[in-house]
Amino acid sequence: MIATLAEMSPGQVGRVLSVDGEENAVSRMLEMGLTPGVEIAFLGTSLLGDPIEVQVRGYRLSLRKLEALKVKVDLTSSDPV
Amino acid sequence: MDEAGSNSTLRIALIGNPNTGKSTLFSRLSGIHQRTGNYPGVTVEKRVGSSQHDGLAIEWIDLPGTYSLVPRSPDEWVTVDVLLGQQAGELPPDGVVCVLDASNLERNLYLLSQLLDLKIPVIVALNMVDLAERQGVRVDLQQLAGQLDVPVVATQANKHVGVDDLLSAVCQIRKIEQPSQSIKFPELFEATEINLARELEHLDPPLHLPRFLLQRLLLQDDIEVSQRILGEELAGRMQSQLVTLRQSLKSEGIHLASVEATSRYGWVGEIAKRAVEKRPVSQVAISWADRLDRILVHKVFGTVVFLGLMLLMFQSIFAWADPLMGLIESFTGWIGEQVAGVLPEGLFQSLIVDGVIAGVGGVLVFLPQILILFLFIGLLEDCGYMARAAFLMDRLMAKIGLNGKSFIPLLSSFACAIPGIMATRTIENPRDRLITILVAPLMSCSARLPVYTVLIAAFIPDKTWAGGWIGLQGFVMFAMYLLGIVVAIGMAFTLKKTLLRGASSPFLLELPPFKVPSAKTVAARVLERGGSFVKRAGTLILSVTVLVWAAATFPQSEKTQQDYEFAAAELKTEFETDSNSAEAYESAMVELDNRFASRRLRESLLGRAGKAVEPMVRPLGWDWKIGCAVLASFPAREVVIGTMGVIYQLGGEQDEQSQPLREALKQDRWESTGEPVFNVPVALSIMVFFALCAQCASTLVVIWRETASWQWPLFTFAYMTGLAYVAAFMTYQIGNLLGA
Repeated sequence: MIATLAEMSPGQVGRVLSVDGEENAVSRMLEMGLTPGVEIAFLGTSLLGDPIEVQVRGYRLSLRKLEALKVKVDLTSSDPV
Repeated sequence: MDEAGSNSTLRIALIGNPNTGKSTLFSRLSGIHQRTGNYPGVTVEKRVGSSQHDGLAIEWIDLPGTYSLVPRSPDEWVTVDVLLGQQAGELPPDGVVCVLDASNLERNLYLLSQLLDLKIPVIVALNMVDLAERQGVRVDLQQLAGQLDVPVVATQANKHVGVDDLLSAVCQIRKIEQPSQSIKFPELFEATEINLARELEHLDPPLHLPRFLLQRLLLQDDIEVSQRILGEELAGRMQSQLVTLRQSLKSEGIHLASVEATSRYGWVGEIAKRAVEKRPVSQVAISWADRLDRILVHKVFGTVVFLGLMLLMFQSIFAWADPLMGLIESFTGWIGEQVAGVLPEGLFQSLIVDGVIAGVGGVLVFLPQILILFLFIGLLEDCGYMARAAFLMDRLMAKIGLNGKSFIPLLSSFACAIPGIMATRTIENPRDRLITILVAPLMSCSARLPVYTVLIAAFIPDKTWAGGWIGLQGFVMFAMYLLGIVVAIGMAFTLKKTLLRGASSPFLLELPPFKVPSAKTVAARVLERGGSFVKRAGTLILSVTVLVWAAATFPQSEKTQQDYEFAAAELKTEFETDSNSAEAYESAMVELDNRFASRRLRESLLGRAGKAVEPMVRPLGWDWKIGCAVLASFPAREVVIGTMGVIYQLGGEQDEQSQPLREALKQDRWESTGEPVFNVPVALSIMVFFALCAQCASTLVVIWRETASWQWPLFTFAYMTGLAYVAAFMTYQIGNLLGA
């Protein structure tokens, strides 16, 4: 099943398929390790549901829904924790 | 300019991701011998330290924490320039120590991979090995060193483990060869890169660029980037060729925005596979930090804790700092008295006491607030809480076009804009940082409090409702604070939409694991910020205060002096006949002194300026005396109370509790009509003006320092004074209409 990062719910794990959007934003997100193929776990959201918190490459990263909507995640390729 | 000239001194740069313990390591390596400043023309802080090891002098350059070397702004170029020895006035470093967080190796290796492509000698300090073990991550040191082909030293900077090993390795750095590792990019890309390198090498004079810079030319479609690397002339000549190269890469299916990250993370993945061993998640004990964290980032509990902490911080800045501020004030007052006792009365005494000592005291009085605030910020930052606060507040701040990291600086500005503006250094996004700096002075700081207090106590009726819980006076005070906030929101929004438009960078925030804050790091930060405040703002505000003193003192009329001496002599003879009225004589003398102080002021440059601006301030409901007080309070707005004291013939020693000042304000009449000068609309108009104006030289100096340009403090002064004038005008006119 394919969803965007913004649509995931706490505890869900998936694999990043692609990162789109404005060039500067994309390259910054890639630099932080959100590259295609990487495993990503959704941890939770802040007050009012935005920004979100994820675990990627062994650390915790927070990003806004605006950017998370541009990250496609494959939810089937990983087992839930 | 730097004393790094001698050949035997090693110059070592320290680089690493944020939250790797790099600052702690820097303190360990350079001890107390640290200096900070700014790199010219940018807002990047320059931090240098020095130490001795095995008879070798080492100079340490602490580069700002960063996730990537890719330079997208002049600020980000500083790191690359320092590493390549291109920074003006500085020698290239002999090598670089790259601090890696063992518990978070993959993302940390990304930065290292870029460093290796710069082709300068690198030593890796693998830090926080203990934390990694607790998280179930084991790093095989030998494997890692072998894979990277650079020396690797394990360190625990917070416990002083491995620091000596690192020093020994650093002493050998001149024997280390350039890194041999080459990070694999797609073949076509590498071929293009090699061709470009060859072409540049065949130029006259030949240009040898490290891989990292060749990649910048191909990947960053930005003429400023190629100008930086090639020079303006060559960049112009090669512009069309670079465009063609990029286009042909694109047409071959290479995605320029992602090729670097995917290639480097590919390399990182290979290294991590061989050198890192992770225990399954189920075998890792859940740490206290994780448990604490689930509460602290929780939507409800986290917000409650956050509000509690902010309340504590805000309260402490007001309450704890107050006795210290009182102490400093009475101390400067005492020094002033002592000096006044020693120096003969006259101009020189007045310059030293009213100008220099009062001026320095006026700056130093903010020091307790700054130190307490930075103690809080230092602790919160070092333990990792700051990132959580930014996470919780981001949504709210995003509504006004800022991000979560702006919240603490803006909140701090309610105490004083100076530490607030200095606290914006934690905001990486340059535009958000600039907007935060520009609106921070609109928060009602503690120096506005005396102005509000005097005017509210004198002119706002003491009405209460709801059994004394809601009072009109308190409401007006609250309204002044609210006014600042509302205008700041509007201003931030406007700036974002107009002057500071442009591509926004995404909000990407690492939430580092919690740790016990290091006393050494926090103390160093508090002392450094406090010291730089005293040094920088102190020198300028001092000169401005002396200028205002001069304007209020000169020119002096001989006639006034003669009249004064005549009146004083007359008073003396009058009371000489009556021996038991020493007290009455004293108070008559004080009254005389004050009357002449006012007359001298009227004749001075400042007084004349006050008269000159009167037509401008009439629409705000002010007379020349208020205009004069406002002009004199340019260096620091709380000076207005003292100045009003002088103007209303009460002597300079007035504070907000002063009954006589309040009474004098109520008694003041227009010379032409005999109507009272002060009424509710006038008092409100003055308060509104002070709520929005930029009457604080220290703030403007700090803005200048933090933005590295004169443009922004001037802009701040202009927009705030303009807003203050318009708002005060509207307040007075509307107030008059309602009152009539």
